[in-house]
Amino acid sequence: MKKYETVIGLEVHIELATKSKIFCSCSAEFGGEQNDHVCPACCGMPGMLPVTNKRVVDLGMTAGMMLNCEINRTTTFDKKNYYYPDLPCSYQTTQWFAPICVNGKVRIQTSKGEKDIRIKQIHMEEDAGKLVHDDWTDTSLVDYNRTSVPLIEIVSQPDFSSAEEVVAYLERLRSLLRFAKVSQCRMEQGSMRCDVNLSIREEGETKLGVRTEMKNMNSISAITRAIEYEVARHIDALENGTEELVQETRRWDDVKGKSYAMRSKETAGDYRYFPDPNVMPIVIDDEWFDSIKASLPEFPEVKKARFIDELGLSEYDADLITQSRAFCDCFEAAYKECGEAKEVANWLISDCMNMLNKKGSTMDQLKVDGTALGKLIKLVMESKVTRGNAKKILLVMDEETIDPEKYATENNFIVSNDTANIEKVIKEIVAADPKSVADYKGGKEKALMALFGKCMKTLKGNCDPQVLRKILLEEIDKA
Amino acid sequence: MKLYLTKSDCAMTNAVALDDMFLTKAMPTTAGSKMLDGYMSLFDAEVVTKLTEAGYEIAGKANVGEMAVDLLGETSYEGAVTDDNGTLLSASAEIAKEAKAVLCFDVNGAPRRAAAVSDLIFVKPTYGTVSRFGTVSSACSGETVGVMAKTVADAKAVLTAIAGHDDKDGTSLSDSQCEKILTTEKAVKKVAIAKSITASADDSVKADIEAAKKILSDNGVEVAEIDDEILTKAKAAWNILMSAELCNNVSRFDGVKYGYRSENYTTIEELYTNSRTEAFGELLKTMIIYGSDVLSTDNYMSFYDKAMRIRRVIAEKFAEIFAEYDAVMLPASSKKAFTKADTDANMYLAFDENLYTAPATITGLPAVVGGGVQLIGKAFSDSALMDAVKTIKEGK
Repeated sequence: MKKYETVIGLEVHIELATKSKIFCSCSAEFGGEQNDHVCPACCGMPGMLPVTNKRVVDLGMTAGMMLNCEINRTTTFDKKNYYYPDLPCSYQTTQWFAPICVNGKVRIQTSKGEKDIRIKQIHMEEDAGKLVHDDWTDTSLVDYNRTSVPLIEIVSQPDFSSAEEVVAYLERLRSLLRFAKVSQCRMEQGSMRCDVNLSIREEGETKLGVRTEMKNMNSISAITRAIEYEVARHIDALENGTEELVQETRRWDDVKGKSYAMRSKETAGDYRYFPDPNVMPIVIDDEWFDSIKASLPEFPEVKKARFIDELGLSEYDADLITQSRAFCDCFEAAYKECGEAKEVANWLISDCMNMLNKKGSTMDQLKVDGTALGKLIKLVMESKVTRGNAKKILLVMDEETIDPEKYATENNFIVSNDTANIEKVIKEIVAADPKSVADYKGGKEKALMALFGKCMKTLKGNCDPQVLRKILLEEIDKA
Repeated sequence: MKLYLTKSDCAMTNAVALDDMFLTKAMPTTAGSKMLDGYMSLFDAEVVTKLTEAGYEIAGKANVGEMAVDLLGETSYEGAVTDDNGTLLSASAEIAKEAKAVLCFDVNGAPRRAAAVSDLIFVKPTYGTVSRFGTVSSACSGETVGVMAKTVADAKAVLTAIAGHDDKDGTSLSDSQCEKILTTEKAVKKVAIAKSITASADDSVKADIEAAKKILSDNGVEVAEIDDEILTKAKAAWNILMSAELCNNVSRFDGVKYGYRSENYTTIEELYTNSRTEAFGELLKTMIIYGSDVLSTDNYMSFYDKAMRIRRVIAEKFAEIFAEYDAVMLPASSKKAFTKADTDANMYLAFDENLYTAPATITGLPAVVGGGVQLIGKAFSDSALMDAVKTIKEGK
């Protein structure tokens, strides 16, 4: 068999994390009842004119800067014409002639080492609605909630040669764009979608082979499977003449593990792009450009190195925390407050992670305020609140904004230094349970734990365990 | 004459009517198309809100040609309005004779032509000074809300009520810019007559220009003829841009969400095709095909892109003229009357008549029609143009 190489280019659509849609003030939130987030504008009714959401441009620029792009200081919107029921105006407002970002690059790491993937351009555009097919009545209904939700499309050069590189790139994009709060990049919710342009050629050949485009992949593992399937199909066609390869768009069916032809180049429509006369060209002046530049976060790997070198975190801890911008922000604020990097890392990695897992939330959904976490850690380190009670307070902190000390005081979580009271409680319990005392004296360690537990329960946990243990042992001796 | 209002509706001294390109909650809005027969808007056009706030009564609606791109409204799905001799009448103009004013959507010069043939005033203000929010989009880069009235004073009063910034229109200018159109900063002292465009009109129209020239001269205004060769190219350029934008804007009328839906379909393609085939008129359909063609990958550069370049050249030519002159004078139409037979014989007559109206449309410059002439001035010189037209009208 001849040796073949794979050439892949990607078009990645990212839904921007804006509150409202790109050209109207409807909510851009995912979900909601069908046709809940709609107005005459995003339903395509006559009379409405587009008014550009400035935040979309902010995030478009942010994405470009994170991906080392040049920013077009004058950027314009264009109309792309095609008929489909989920597109209420029968045109999509997008960027064709002067996209906001061009010529970027993203460095990826694979088993073969580092590689730069070139970005051709990033353009801003509006999303389409969604068709809901009802097989029972054989009708299609349309939900316009997603119509005009802002997107960026990141178009790469055909620089990938394997599924591994594609996956590394997508994970890198996801990490950078989540870090910059451009998008949640959740493939399962469709806020990150990927089209794969793929062709095969003999090794050494400079001309590109017949290219197919695959759509409809909603997970990274599906993309890997789709690429592997498509490569095999192309090679089979070239080697064995099983079919004639044509330039076409194909749909990936992940359940069946096969791709299907959707439309060929011949039947593809002419989109008749032209500049949108209702959207004035956007001019990005130095002040605007600089303010976005200044708002960019440190890259995750830079943060990670700093956490290890300067704050003494382990590679493992630093790696985990830098998976999420929310974790990083919380970590840095908490560290600033309490000065105990390792302690903060422990709280984040064990307690916060557990809490999020139980809720089924992602790391980026952590709501705990970093400064408050720092204060809480200080309370524990100063033995003002026990670790057990601090965990209870942490759960509250992920729901609402509280001052940990104030909350602890109001809810009797402050460790009592009233030794007289502690002694009184211990004396009563020891007196009431001579059997356990005798058991302990007879060598049963467990009996001590039972007594200790009873005391702690009566004291509602607000007692330094060391102090309690010391006094308890004294009282047992006396008994 | 089928209009949405009677003459008694217009009897109120502050009654303003609208042509049917303006969306209203209280009345249906059709844009002259069977596609929108009975369409009720969820909201009012910004100018309707502003008129109401200024104390005007909305008298009702006037028929308009389908998407406001025809000669004088003859393509309205309710039929052309004519007098007993078959002369085409503009519904807006007929109502303007009774009401205080009629707001008209000037896309392809129809209201300017109507004012010219009916001896009324029409003010097409500087692009961006009156909100287009709540108008049925036709050809957005040139379409402008204007005022038709019997006198310059009435037109100006209504324009005062509707001009101003609107956040809901991305092309709307600032309030301070919009206000400029209402005061005369520099009176019209030097007028250039567009030589070849004027020469191409009927004798009766040319006579009006001559008469206006004399009145202006008598009033101390210097009048000279200029070479207008480049301005004649506005016609072809606007026909291209207008068709392209129109084709795109009416693509939302697909029979899926609202408006006319054919009963004859089994597939989505048939639903689209049959609904649009049955509901759109011949002129609009022709423009959709023409507009699609000039935007196609094969033709974009040689038609649409070139038309945009011509638009810029014309704007530069006007800037050059306005360095020396305060206004350009030209007719608003080739004739003083059109008949139904004229448009029956040539449904594209409006495309030809664009020779007179496209120069101001394509550049967004203010144009005022009255006293048998059209004056075009530099941006924000609307008030000075109105003053000059008032002088001409009063001098006749």
